[in-house]
Amino acid sequence: MFKKTLSYPHLVWMVLFVIAPMFLIFLYAFTVTDDGGTLSFTLENFAKFFEPMYIKILFNSVWIAFLSVVFCIILGYPAAKIIADRDRRRIAMGKKATGLLMLFVMPMWMNVMLRLYAWLTILQPDGVLNSFLSLLGLPKLDIMYTQTAVVLGTVYDFIPFMIMPIYSVLIKIDDSVIEAAQDLGANKMRVFWKVILPLSLPGVVSGITMVFLPALTSFYISDFFSGGQFMLIGNLIEKNFKNPVGRNFGSALSIILMIFAFLSMHVMKIFNKSNRQMDMY
Amino acid sequence: MKKHFFKNFIENIYLFLMFLFLYFPIVILMIFSFNNIKSTSNWGGFSTRWYVQMFSDDALLGAFGTTITIAIIAALVSCVIGTAAAIGIQGFRSKKLKGLINAVTNLPMVSSELVMGVSMMMLFLTVNIPLGYFTLLLAHITFCVPYVIVSVLPKLVQLDSGLYEAALDLGAKPFYAFRKVVLPEIKPGIISGMLIAFTLSIDDFVISFFTTGNGVNNLSIYIYSSVRRGVNPMYNALSTVMFILVAILLFVINKRSSSKTGDSPIGVLG
Repeated sequence: MFKKTLSYPHLVWMVLFVIAPMFLIFLYAFTVTDDGGTLSFTLENFAKFFEPMYIKILFNSVWIAFLSVVFCIILGYPAAKIIADRDRRRIAMGKKATGLLMLFVMPMWMNVMLRLYAWLTILQPDGVLNSFLSLLGLPKLDIMYTQTAVVLGTVYDFIPFMIMPIYSVLIKIDDSVIEAAQDLGANKMRVFWKVILPLSLPGVVSGITMVFLPALTSFYISDFFSGGQFMLIGNLIEKNFKNPVGRNFGSALSIILMIFAFLSMHVMKIFNKSNRQMDMY
Repeated sequence: MKKHFFKNFIENIYLFLMFLFLYFPIVILMIFSFNNIKSTSNWGGFSTRWYVQMFSDDALLGAFGTTITIAIIAALVSCVIGTAAAIGIQGFRSKKLKGLINAVTNLPMVSSELVMGVSMMMLFLTVNIPLGYFTLLLAHITFCVPYVIVSVLPKLVQLDSGLYEAALDLGAKPFYAFRKVVLPEIKPGIISGMLIAFTLSIDDFVISFFTTGNGVNNLSIYIYSSVRRGVNPMYNALSTVMFILVAILLFVINKRSSSKTGDSPIGVLG
């Protein structure tokens, strides 16, 4: 039944539309085209990246992505914990889960641009937030076009990706492990810090990888919330590819980004492995 | 008892604040979609003019049509390719080869959307396929197939292949045995894979942004390019309609999955 040939269309498709395009990116990143149209090998596309201006953009984007991840964890972990606790209690009693997780995920299914647009109408200088503040007699807030707005948009956009993996790890924790800790005299705080938190870390780690990389590259968020004046590495790549002369440099940037992606995947793998070994004890 | 009550109270407040954070912007949009004046802070009376304007905006309706047709075709095609691939991958005996295939399959899911988008754009430009509806469709199928595979594979692993052989021994033709024995078992995986593909395709912005051209827009790109020109209450009306559609869709899916296997497509995404 499991005929290998059935997978060939998929494999051909992947070679054509994933591998070949990646190869092109590598080709462009390591070459430069002169006026005559001939390609020659070069490392200058990568060298260009080390100019202070671009290094600053990289640092900025890593900082924004880092802040977004931190806020996603701070806001998302307790939410995932509360919902998971309630669902576990209900499932233990033989009832259906609460469905609260569904409510957290629902905004994610609405179009991404409309979600961001919603915040735009709130944060604008004459938007809902400021008219509310002036109603209370408070001074206006100029959040729009700042780093805060970009982080806010990123957190809003990606927080479901933090809540879901944490929830799915928490919901699977064996009740007997928690009971054992309680029987051995651990109070609630200790059970959380010594048992539940370590066991839920794989969920947090996979949440981090699901939020960090998109946060680094979501050029549309910083376009929306900073009017294009706040460049992230994603914006830099987008600008370079939209302009035919920039494609070599854009390719080099994409490779740097891919290295970031694979490093973070690798860190996650190592982390999950060491965590699994801990489980055995 | 009292302590328990207090804890519950704090938890409820926390959940309430989180839901406020998530839904407040959407509710504001919905309210102001019925505003008679073009403002997001003053109320100028009830009106449905933005809904009327929305349904007479050809560019918007065109973008909506593109989004829906691309999502349907991409979901169907990736469903066929992905299911066949999942079955085929099970046939590879060599662990190394299987690992390699899985790595390639996972590539679109783990590498950044941005890199996927720009690399496919480079491909289409290099081989001289004009960017437009066709390239958009190719790109969407490419990023949908892996999700179908990932949701079908676990079902195949659970499958008792003896059943299929028993059907053959009893004289069933291979395709008949597949349809009657294998398909019902892996169907939940196929359907949730297709749903994931459909929703990913509808929501996609980054990859579409780079792989379309010649005035072909999907909804995300259309909104992206027009919102930057300024706020228009028409998008409030659009958001309201989209939100209600999504809520209905999710409700139906939830009903279906909880009544049958308990596999929620959301679970797979997580």
